[in-house]
Amino acid sequence: MEQASHAAGHAPPGFWRRYIFSTDHKVVGIQYGLTALVFLFIGYGLIALMRWQLAYPGQPIPLFGKLLLAVLGPDMADKGIMSPDLYNSFGAMHGTIMVFLAIVPLAAGAFGNYLVPLQIGAPDMAFPRLNMMSYWAYFCGGVVMLVSFFIPGGAAKSGWTSYSPLSTVADQTHLVDGQTLWLIGMVFLITSSLLGSINIITTVMQLRAKGLGWMRLPFFVWAQLVTAFILLLAFPPLEAAGVLQLCDNLLGTSFFLPSGLVVGGQPLPVSGGGSPLLWQHLFWFLAHPEVYVLILPAMGIVAEVLANNTRKPLFGYKSLVYSAMAIGFISFLVWAHHMYLTGMGTKISTFFQTTTMLISIPSVIILTTLMLTLWGGSIRFNTPMLFALAFLPMFGIGGLTGLPLGFSATDIQLHDTYYVIGHFHYVVAPGTIFALFAGIYYWYPKVTGRMMNEFWGKVHFALSLVFMNLVFMPMFIQGLEGMHRRMYDGGATYAAGPDVSYGLTLALKLNVGISHASWLLGAAQVPFILNFFWSLFRGKRVESDNPWQATTLEWATPTPPPHGNFLEEPVVYRDPYDYCPDASGRDFRPQHEPDGPRPASPHRPGPGVTPLPHPA
Amino acid sequence: MHAHAAASAIPYTVEPRPDTGLYNARLGIWLFLASEVMLFGALFSSYILLRVGAPEWPQRQLSIPLGTLNTFVLILSSISVVMAWLSLKRKDFGRFKLWQGATVLLALLFITVKSFEYHDKFTHYFVQTRDGQTYTGHLEGNPFNLKLSRLQALPTPPAEIVFHPDAPAGSHAGAAHPEPLKLKLADLVKLEAFGPWRSTFYAIYFVLTGLHALHVLGGILVLGYFWGPGSRMWFTEPERFTNRIEVAGLYWHFVELVWIFLFPTLYLL
Repeated sequence: MEQASHAAGHAPPGFWRRYIFSTDHKVVGIQYGLTALVFLFIGYGLIALMRWQLAYPGQPIPLFGKLLLAVLGPDMADKGIMSPDLYNSFGAMHGTIMVFLAIVPLAAGAFGNYLVPLQIGAPDMAFPRLNMMSYWAYFCGGVVMLVSFFIPGGAAKSGWTSYSPLSTVADQTHLVDGQTLWLIGMVFLITSSLLGSINIITTVMQLRAKGLGWMRLPFFVWAQLVTAFILLLAFPPLEAAGVLQLCDNLLGTSFFLPSGLVVGGQPLPVSGGGSPLLWQHLFWFLAHPEVYVLILPAMGIVAEVLANNTRKPLFGYKSLVYSAMAIGFISFLVWAHHMYLTGMGTKISTFFQTTTMLISIPSVIILTTLMLTLWGGSIRFNTPMLFALAFLPMFGIGGLTGLPLGFSATDIQLHDTYYVIGHFHYVVAPGTIFALFAGIYYWYPKVTGRMMNEFWGKVHFALSLVFMNLVFMPMFIQGLEGMHRRMYDGGATYAAGPDVSYGLTLALKLNVGISHASWLLGAAQVPFILNFFWSLFRGKRVESDNPWQATTLEWATPTPPPHGNFLEEPVVYRDPYDYCPDASGRDFRPQHEPDGPRPASPHRPGPGVTPLPHPA
Repeated sequence: MHAHAAASAIPYTVEPRPDTGLYNARLGIWLFLASEVMLFGALFSSYILLRVGAPEWPQRQLSIPLGTLNTFVLILSSISVVMAWLSLKRKDFGRFKLWQGATVLLALLFITVKSFEYHDKFTHYFVQTRDGQTYTGHLEGNPFNLKLSRLQALPTPPAEIVFHPDAPAGSHAGAAHPEPLKLKLADLVKLEAFGPWRSTFYAIYFVLTGLHALHVLGGILVLGYFWGPGSRMWFTEPERFTNRIEVAGLYWHFVELVWIFLFPTLYLL
């Protein structure tokens, strides 16, 4: 059907089927990856413009101000100055794009799709057509989100959390406003991740190669499996919430609108009787597990890169697996720690405080085992390893700064300040994004057959590390000084108050430094972008299918893997990280290599590993 | 899930994997249903939260006879959908066509009854006059989903409307129906049908039953496809086709199960 409607023109026969509407998990994975990288760039662009308004409030934006004026009109960017509405739109869409259109599709869509079937020795995903549909649903959701910038009234402007009733009453002049498109876009994205997660779970449970028992799965596959379960079960409540809010916006229902709501001096002509807290419960029921959707695949990538580059097995593989499962389970029980200040009651707060402290235990176990993996390793400091190593302390900072937010007493001071921004960005930006960079550098040779340039990779790493910290570390200081996270003028209204303390002026001054660091962080990605495309054509060709001398199954395929992946059906004989030097000087043994004497070393010491029988 | 060059190499599309005991699609549909449980679970939770927070909650707003009828229609279809699958297991394609057709017809009957119920709500009105009087009832000519603003926006707005108030609650069927009222348009401050905007009860009623009706419509499409053009697969890949009927049947049972919860929640409680 797609062929009939699209294949007209000069495209070579089969082009649309092979590259656009492909059902091959590798093509779908690459599609996810490239689209998500574009959205990562857009999401960064939005915040880079907002940072100008924060550093130099009320001044026209250089270069881009005129562009904004030309594209969005004087309502949004008069004289090239960012209007409050535009600032709110960009803020809401920065969060939405980064979470739902960039990081999750990159971590679960791209890496999950490309690598899970390869690492379990499967020819493809269990449902290839669903896989294709899931990418296109994601694509449509992204288009709807982007289109919303250009409709009258602009994109959604009530934060990425879209709290009611603000999101319903924010734009009353347009029936179909940015918020409506946001909700429609979210329905597409939710459908996409639903199809994707069903596919990942079915694939892992049904298509594992012979001998690949559960405790022989690479940790990356475990991370993706738990992630898929979270997506499967946490997203539907947001879909329900989205439908309800859509009814509030379009049909005039009052699911989230309380009685007696007055907007602009006029009572709102609705029945009332709804509950704004209901939205928050439904939203955070998704959005907190979503945090673990962001971090678990990143931990999976880091585990793979660490094992490979320390040349030794992961420390405490089973602890990692059980911790990932525990995180998946407890992540459904912590959502209301975002709502301590809503007046939902101290008993409920105490419950969620307890579960929040509980979930930090498996998180710390994972971080600790990953760090202990380094102990006694002979570490290779290549680019993927540098990013993976940096992930550990960066994620550590992000996790530890979350503890004061998890206690309801300290959260009263810190809630909705820049401290929160600093906290979750440490988890996601130098945390998850560094892990994703590690993954891109690490698997690039498998996907393309060429290595990325090491020197520019290291430049990219060093600059990113410095500027990431220069951006997010000062935010903790701002937050502790009480600077609110949603102030259009960067806190100037606070400073204009009667109690201007020294700290507050310092916090204001930090805005300028943070903004410059954030633009330099953007500039630091230029080596990556150039390296990414340059290496496609000019990068050093790989000399073997296993350039990193790794053990897992994805390296047993030809490079790049053909349709159907494996030349012959792989059989697994051992644990995923069998790194151990032998007499021949080789220090690894791939999962698919049969037991018995190695060609180079007939007298290998140590017990042999008997293969599992076919799972039955 | 369809015959495809690459898909042919994917194992366990028809025969179950020994250690899980499932073929791929069967696991897939169970996972899908798990997410559906979360979807309807969230809406049921919303219902509870809204009802607990409401000072008063309207009860007995819906037609219990029609709801009961629809419940039986769905229960019958749950029998026929199993019989269709059993017929295939017994290699009786003719019987399958019969039972599968019966399921689709029952599903259509459900939708028909449901749309009558919806129509009743959109022709039932609430009016409030300037002096604070409120009435519920029907407008002369039974117009569909009229609104005060829409009446006023007409090129020649009617000066008055004829309104037939409902019999007072508790009066038995034989009691005289109240006389029709003539209400001046200028005196009205509110005139709206009992749509989702009427109150949070109607809001959640329409969302829950509407979403359920969408699932029924989806079921009609899928079951109808396997009854019609999709059934040709029986002659080429009978086992795979039987699996498809089983998977579609699992989905259909879920749709019924949701109704089994919806009916008492919305109609009786």
